[in-house]
This record gives sequence, structure tokens and C-alpha cells, in this order.
Amino acid sequence: MSGLREDFKEILRLVRPNARVLDVGCGEGELLELLTQEKGVDGQGLEISPSGVAACLAKGIAAVQGDGDRDLDHFPTQAFDYAILSKTLQQMREPRHVLSELLRIADRAIVSVPNFGHWRVRWALLTQGRMPETKALPEPWWSTPNIHLCTLRDLTALCDELGLRIEACAAVSRGQPARSIDPSRPIENWRAETALFLLTRERPRPPAPEPAATGDLFG
Amino acid sequence: MSQTVIASPAIETNGGTLRLPADAPLRLDSGAALAPLEIAYKTYGRLNTERSNAVLVCHALTGDQHAASVHPITGKPGWWSRVIGPGLPLDPDRYFIICTNVVGGCMGSTGPSSVDPATGKPYGLTFPVITIADMVRAQAMLLDALGIETLFAAVGGSMGGMQVLQWAADYPHRLRSAVCIAAAARHSAQNIAFHEVGRQAIMADPDWRGGAYEAHGVRPEKGLAVARMAAHITYLSEAALQRKFGRELQRDGLSWGFDAPDFQVESYLRYQGASFVDRFDANSYLYITRAVDYFDLAGTYDGVLAQAFRRARDVRFCVLSFSSDWLYSTGESRDIVRALNAAGCRASFVEIETDKGHDAFFLDEPVLDSALRGFFESQALRGGLA
Repeated sequence: MSGLREDFKEILRLVRPNARVLDVGCGEGELLELLTQEKGVDGQGLEISPSGVAACLAKGIAAVQGDGDRDLDHFPTQAFDYAILSKTLQQMREPRHVLSELLRIADRAIVSVPNFGHWRVRWALLTQGRMPETKALPEPWWSTPNIHLCTLRDLTALCDELGLRIEACAAVSRGQPARSIDPSRPIENWRAETALFLLTRERPRPPAPEPAATGDLFG
Repeated sequence: MSQTVIASPAIETNGGTLRLPADAPLRLDSGAALAPLEIAYKTYGRLNTERSNAVLVCHALTGDQHAASVHPITGKPGWWSRVIGPGLPLDPDRYFIICTNVVGGCMGSTGPSSVDPATGKPYGLTFPVITIADMVRAQAMLLDALGIETLFAAVGGSMGGMQVLQWAADYPHRLRSAVCIAAAARHSAQNIAFHEVGRQAIMADPDWRGGAYEAHGVRPEKGLAVARMAAHITYLSEAALQRKFGRELQRDGLSWGFDAPDFQVESYLRYQGASFVDRFDANSYLYITRAVDYFDLAGTYDGVLAQAFRRARDVRFCVLSFSSDWLYSTGESRDIVRALNAAGCRASFVEIETDKGHDAFFLDEPVLDSALRGFFESQALRGGLA
């Protein structure tokens, strides 16, 4: 357990045993494999690269090749207990839509993002006047997949706007254990390198309809 | 009922023909009943004592039961020898692999060239129209006879993939996992159109004789060959044809005529057509293409494909498509996956990047191999197969 990524440890702590979990952008299925082993979850991955999906299959993890921007719409409402989006929201074409969709498909969403308000980022921009390259954001501006970077304050504002409740928030920084934080405190917007949110809808949804009701989309 | 043929030293091959009595007919979707019914099949490997390692491999339009054993007519290796064999994703040391000739076929199962017991002559066009569901029902009857209640997996490409989907809809409780490769949940207008070209070519051959060619001692070989040539184009991608043949000529210079093929691609297609007629029956081609045309899995569920899979929530699915397959495109596979997701079924899906077109599922595709291997491996763990 000690060699685990800190954000994985935090996700492992948040997910209830035997839950149904959708991991959007699951890569080669490392997180789902961990959740399956440690929490006995019923996991499903969504991954854009064919080699990633093939690697998931080889590990016995169910994975669908697809694009988080496009394919979430096709999952039925409340099909999962958790939808996980790990450090990918900032790479989506439509983060707002993706966030809404995660909480349509699942009761809870676990979303982590690099915080563009982190002091290292601010310092780099201030002193060098160039797009920051930090350990959390290692690529130069011309090759980064991060097209929608945001700060902790940006994300909490968007959650407010979308009517999402922040059930828990943790700051995850390199090599340090995750630290539970109040994301509305300005100091955290300086200190958190990466923030991990557990989100729910403000109002609980009515029970999920049977496939017949959603089936027109898929017929 | 059973004969033993050793295909290669490595694989033990068994099989034969199941002959069901006249009072055990195959009830067809058309309302007709087929009796007596014969189902020709091959098996590879051994059924374990728990009877939990049976894998049904479903063949494509013009395939047959010789999935991994030498074909008795062509002498060529089985059509899926790349996947079934020692050390391969479907290893006969672990699985009991069954492949049947579909009903309507011409390699031993009851089809239009079989003798109609009522007349003592081949059925010809009096053979009832069959469907994919009928093929699957016949396979289930074979499994009953072999004493197999539950399949570890049903696997197939193209029309074989359609049978796999039908299995999931009709016998979900008899199925633990399902692999559907380069297939669709319904036949599109374009697919039906290509089939119709093939059927018209057969029926336009004067030797077809209204389907009664056997009685006249002839075979509509020209028509069947043209049908195969047209279909074969749909199995390849434009890029693959270009890569293989380009505009290469058969000999130096053009012939300025029509007798001999000028271009290598013409020669290739003629060869494909000519070799096909040696192993396939023209009326079977009519009937099986009809069955595929009629396939529309959602159609029997008020147009909602997800409903077809509602009872299959315990079945694990693996859906695979090929990027350059324009016969059953990736979009068709995505529709299947979305319906599976909507029905609450666990599904995996990969679009495999290749320029080899529809026929890629017979060919050397490392991602296909690793996906199949991984999926079967994980299902074997889940199913407690050592």
C-alpha cells in the first residue's frame, strides 16, 4: 500500500465496498484493478486508447473504448454508485457537460484536477511570465493535453453553478498524504497542488427508470 | 454418431453429426418445423467433469464447423486456426470448443441440399426460410444432446457475432460470457443490397434451374462465383485492396479485351469466386444471406435493442470492431455496446486499428489476440477454470 499514488489511496478510502464504479479515462486499469482487489467493486472503465483497453481486458477489467466527451451520454441514469474522473476534467472539451453527466450516471463523482492556483504555478507565471511547467503540469503549452485548466476556486464555483454538493475535498501534493481541506478557504487555493472532490447532486434524484424508458436512445 | 479425425498432432478433434428423430423438430421463426434435423459439428479439447468449459464458436456466412481442423474439401487449415489451438486464446487444453455448421448450411447440417423426407429429393427452394434465431435454437439442441447446460462462452465474428448476440437474447441463463466480433445487431440497407446482388447473380445463372439444379445434374457455378466476388470486395478495405494489388497488371501490357483478366485484382477475385464454388452450395448461399438480412435483434423488442439484453445482466460481453471494416462498421458495434450499457450489462469494447477491413478477424491482428486472450483469461478466473 505504501507505494501507491496518494490520490489512489484517497479514492480507495472514499469508495464503499462492492460499489459499482465507472472510471472515466481509466488508462490501463490500475485504479480499477486496485479497487477490485481492495474493495471488491464491480468496475467498468472508459478509455480512449485501444492499447489501454486491451491492457484492461488482459487484467480482467471491463473497459469500453470511448471518449469521455462524447460517450458518457450513452450510459443510463444512475447506472453506477461512483463515477471517477482522475486528473482528466481539464482535458475535456466540455468540462461542464462532463461534470453534469458524471452525476447523472452515478450517485457520486470523484473528480481530481491539478490546481492552477497553486503557489508554484502562480510563482512561475509571475517571475518568468511564461506558461508554468511544474511537476503537476509537466508539459510545455504547445503539447499539453490540458486545454481547460482551472483553479480550486474555479471548480468550486462551477459546482455551485451546477448544483453539485462538495461532500469532501482533499488536497493531494507530491509525496504527502492526502489532507482533508475546506476548498472555499483562499489559503487552500494557494497550497493544494491537486484537489480531489467527492461530489453529489444537491437534490437526490428519483429512482432510476428501467431500460425501456431510456431505450429510445439506444434502439 | 461420432468420428475421430486427427487434424494435427497437437489438437484432438472430435465431432460428427447429430441426427435428431422426426419427432424432435426444429421449430422455425417462420412457423415451419424442420425434421428430421441433422447438425454437423466439430469439437476440440475435452469437456471437464463440471461441464463448465464449453465454448461455442459460431461461424460466419460462408464458414463451417471446421474452425481449427483441416477442411475436408479445400485441405486448408481451419478458418480460425489462429485463435483455436495450443497456446492460443482458445486453448483446447483448457476449453471444450464446439463449432457447428449452421442449419441451412451445406457441410452436413440440414439445408436446402439435404433430402426432403417427404419427396425423397433435395429440398431446393422448398426448404423453409431460416433465421439467425433458428440457427441458435439448433445449436442449443446440440448442446442439450451433448449434455451441456451452460456455455463458458459463445464467440463469433460477422454472422457468427450475430448468433452470439442472439444467444444472449434467447438463452442468457445458458451463457457466462459472449464475444461479438465485427458484427451488427441488424443488417443495414447497404448490407441487404450487397446480398441481393449476390442472390440475383445466382438466380440469373441458367444452371440454377429455379433452385432444382441438383435434379438436372448441374450447378450454378458462374452465378455463385459472381456472388462471392461481389461479397469478397465488401470483406476488404479500399486501402487493403490498394496495398495488395494497386493497378498491377497480370502480364506486360493491356490485353485490349475482356477474356483474360488484365489487372491482378481481377485475377484475385476470379480465383476467390472459382475456389468458393468447390465448397459451397448456391441455395445455401441464398438461404443464409436471407437469414442475415432478416436479422434485426431490436425488431423483436419493439425496436429497443437494450431490451434484448435485459435478461443478460450476468453475461460478460466483449465487443470488438475493426477501424477499416465498412461492412459492419465500428458504429454498429458501438450501438451494441450502448445497448448493453443501457441494459445494465457489463461490456468491454475495443475498436482495433487496422487497414484489413472486415476479414481482419481471420487475420494476424495482435490487438485482437491480446484482447481475446485477456478477456478469456479473466472469465476463466471468474468461472473457476484452472
